Amino acid sequence: MSNAPALQLRNVDYSYSGRNGPVPAVDGLSLDIEVGSFLSIIGPSGCGKSTLLRLLAGLLFPDRGEVLDDGQPVGGPDPRRGIVFQKPQLYPWLTVGKNVEFGPKMRGLPRAERKRLAAQYVEMVRLTEFAKSYPYELSGGMQQRAALARVLANDPKVLLMDEPFGALDALTREHLQDELREIWRSTGKTIVLVTHSVEEAVYLGTRVLVLSDRPARALADIPVSFSTNGTRGLGREVKARPEFIKVREEVLRYVWT
Amino acid sequence: MPARYRGYRWLSLVGIASVVLIWTVAAELQVVPELFLPHPRTVARTLVHITFTGYRGGTLPYHLAASMRRVLAGFLLALPTAVPLGLAMGYSRRVRAFFDPLIEFYRPLPPLAYYTLLIVWLGIGDESKVALLFLAAFPPLSISAMSGVASVPAERVQSALALGASRAQVFRHVIFPSCLPSIFTGMRVSIGFTYTTLVSSEIVAATSGVGWMVLDAGRFLRTDVIFAGIFVMGVTGLALDRVVRLLERRIVPWKGLAE
Repeated sequence: MSNAPALQLRNVDYSYSGRNGPVPAVDGLSLDIEVGSFLSIIGPSGCGKSTLLRLLAGLLFPDRGEVLDDGQPVGGPDPRRGIVFQKPQLYPWLTVGKNVEFGPKMRGLPRAERKRLAAQYVEMVRLTEFAKSYPYELSGGMQQRAALARVLANDPKVLLMDEPFGALDALTREHLQDELREIWRSTGKTIVLVTHSVEEAVYLGTRVLVLSDRPARALADIPVSFSTNGTRGLGREVKARPEFIKVREEVLRYVWT
Repeated sequence: MPARYRGYRWLSLVGIASVVLIWTVAAELQVVPELFLPHPRTVARTLVHITFTGYRGGTLPYHLAASMRRVLAGFLLALPTAVPLGLAMGYSRRVRAFFDPLIEFYRPLPPLAYYTLLIVWLGIGDESKVALLFLAAFPPLSISAMSGVASVPAERVQSALALGASRAQVFRHVIFPSCLPSIFTGMRVSIGFTYTTLVSSEIVAATSGVGWMVLDAGRFLRTDVIFAGIFVMGVTGLALDRVVRLLERRIVPWKGLAE
């Protein structure tokens, strides 16, 4: 395995075509995302965080600069980089189990193998008893867990998440944060999380990238460690600690200015 | 009975009963001559009579079968052509640019206008009738399939691509099933419109069909037969819609439910 960062952005510019000419969304952004790290991206709404994530996913291509995956230019969406959107985007005609099986099936894995994978990841997100249910029979939080399992079943190297808990109620959100943290710890995947919750960014990340208002530039890049150094405590408890609040306030200052 | 009546189904029955009651009273009191408004009893008797003995050489089941054969032939020919074309139109701007103006031009035309032309081309037999019904059935199907493709959420497609699906797989496994609810809506509109057009098609040079029966009865002032025929057409139309709805519930049970 190479020592290259999992993902790299080099001097990336990206503009949307607006009615009055191009609207710059990302401006000269460079970024190395280390293998196994958890990068939280935060910034004012409409600042281009989602654009950044779509560039990493290969759903958008930079006007200038390059996006590299393991040193290779990103040429389009790839199962190596799984995406979880704010809306679960499950296929309503498939059961939870079949949804999770979708990626392996599309990639042509043998039936027995993909059944096994589906069962394994449905179990990981604690939905085994709902494997035969349809998405619309599930709560929002359960749907998002199923979406997570569906992406994980492809064993992606990187998980790109675009405000995945943004549409959930506060309590469900906290539960899912803890579950994501556990999954990150047990699978060692590289995760990029776009969020507008400073608390979530600081709680989950190994690093918090604060973006400026559009066009997105890096305002601050803050290493954090609440997801690693033994802080195995429950989310609520960690988030109430003075040192957590201190970092959260520090990040908030950047977001407010 | 549709769910939108839930709890008030009795009111639907009261509504129907009121109409029948007013009709009966009006007929009993001879408010208008029997020729204009036949008594419900007469209509019921006529219904039994044409069912078993027939009207002008054919029983009601015979006429109904002739009509259904035409409607279903037109519809079932349109289904496997209009839906794929609509999907292609939704997927490709080029295909849409080519076909959309053609369909949009003939769609609002009254079917009778081009029916004469179809008769010149195809003769007075069932061929021209089926062709007419095919043309009637076509636009609602192709348009609903096309708009179905347009309304597939972009992220649903992107998620599939990121899960490793090829473009062809995305079409087959994501876009097509996503369009099914819309296609079913189109099927209901289509079969309804086809059925409406049926009567037009049976005006010209027909000797069978419920539409023909009613038109023919009109020429002989057999209002009882007209009433009976309209009643049968109404019930049949409801039944056709019901069949599509049952299929819909089977095939797209997720339709209309929040994701």
